[in-house]
Amino acid sequence: MPKIGKILSPLLVLTLLVAVWWLAIVESESVIFPTPWQVVTGTLELVQQGTLWAHIGSSLFRVGTGFLLAVAVGVPLGLWMGWVKGAFTMLNPLVQILRPISPIAWIPLAILWFGVGDVSPIFLIFLSSVFPMTVQTINGVHTIERQYLRAAENFGVSRSRLFRQVVIPATLPQIIVGMRISLGVAWLVVVAAEMIALRSGLGYLIIDSRNAGNRYDLVIAGMIIIGLTGLLLDGTVRRMERLKTVRWRYAR
Amino acid sequence: MPAKIEVRSLSKSYATDKGPRPVIANIDFTVADGEFVALVGPSGCGKTTLLHVLAGFERPDQGRVLIDGAARDRPDPRGIVISQQGSVFPWLTVQQNLMFGLDGRADNRVTADYYADLVGLKGFEKAYPHELSGGMLKRVEVARALAVKPEILYMDEPLGALDALTALRMRLELLRILAEERHTSLLVTHNVEEAIHMADRIMVLSPRPTTIQTTFEVPFPHPRNTSSPEAQHLKVAILRELGL
Repeated sequence: MPKIGKILSPLLVLTLLVAVWWLAIVESESVIFPTPWQVVTGTLELVQQGTLWAHIGSSLFRVGTGFLLAVAVGVPLGLWMGWVKGAFTMLNPLVQILRPISPIAWIPLAILWFGVGDVSPIFLIFLSSVFPMTVQTINGVHTIERQYLRAAENFGVSRSRLFRQVVIPATLPQIIVGMRISLGVAWLVVVAAEMIALRSGLGYLIIDSRNAGNRYDLVIAGMIIIGLTGLLLDGTVRRMERLKTVRWRYAR
Repeated sequence: MPAKIEVRSLSKSYATDKGPRPVIANIDFTVADGEFVALVGPSGCGKTTLLHVLAGFERPDQGRVLIDGAARDRPDPRGIVISQQGSVFPWLTVQQNLMFGLDGRADNRVTADYYADLVGLKGFEKAYPHELSGGMLKRVEVARALAVKPEILYMDEPLGALDALTALRMRLELLRILAEERHTSLLVTHNVEEAIHMADRIMVLSPRPTTIQTTFEVPFPHPRNTSSPEAQHLKVAILRELGL
């Protein structure tokens, strides 16, 4: 598809969606549900108050901190569990038990342990993204092609060089996939995590707009901003896939 | 000539659900220093397993492999395997691949560049493997092996994945390089003509569990003409051994 089509065709879908939305509001004469224009004016109102950037900033800070902690824990843990069989045997059941528990289920415990400041949402975001990060990394180590390990063994390299020059670079493409999934999940749970946050964040904006006067225009504005920010975050991580040292895995 | 590789009553089986499945049955042979021996045999006869045992990647159930008179039961840079699927590290550049086995040596870059040049990779040192063709990748593989100056090259259908023309070109290059460097070489191949072109001696292996069925000397001097009547005669004799 020509380059212009890559931008135009998704834009066409979005325009159609907005048109249908608008038409539906006009036809149904809904008093609560906002029109697209009301969402725009609502967003501008937030910009003028200066609160919009604060909300985005708070959410990004929490997601960023939780996500980086998840990477800092998940990557080494995944490398260890992937490489050392005993570690995998010992820890994998625990990981598989904790993994399916929704971060929302942790909210009561988070409040009990960390109160309602920044730490609770960061903890919840960390919990949601550390498991995909770990599991992808383990998977990356487990799928290293045998011939690479054989060659390294043949050249008689030390264990530390084997790890640095073969295991880690061979796993890196999967680690980047893990980062994409983790960041996506981290951003996904930001609303839930900020239900317990005080006075800031996009999640807080949505809940507060609903509770304080049924401002559905702001609810939808918050949702759209979350979506757009998520798109930008994913695009940022995707840029890492273009690194020459990892492109072999995706370029096929 | 002193024996470089000495294989004594070597046997190997794999454990399967239906009990042990013998792959190699009591093989004996020696390879002299600097000699080029080809192993040809039917598909799945255990040639690769035999090569892996010789290179120290797998342990025999019975018998011994002696290299220079000493047992070798683990992989060692003195004997490098070049395999069909290739093992050039895709995350390293050509130069970094060639330097992989030379860690800690002062002249590693010079050596890497020398071997890159030798196999015709000059100008591609900074390229990544995914930017190269199959034939170029094979050159990287060969150069990386040669760079550590192994005493033995174990080649497991090294040219099997290449198109016929590229394979022939690589075969000629390998012959040229081996004439300079005189490695002891073991070549596993399906290609009888390739074996006749390259080897001093050809061992025909039987179907699994494999034994050495026949051995042929290849007395022709290099450079060889594989379409000469003598070479064709030898080819027919070997193919007959293989049941063709």
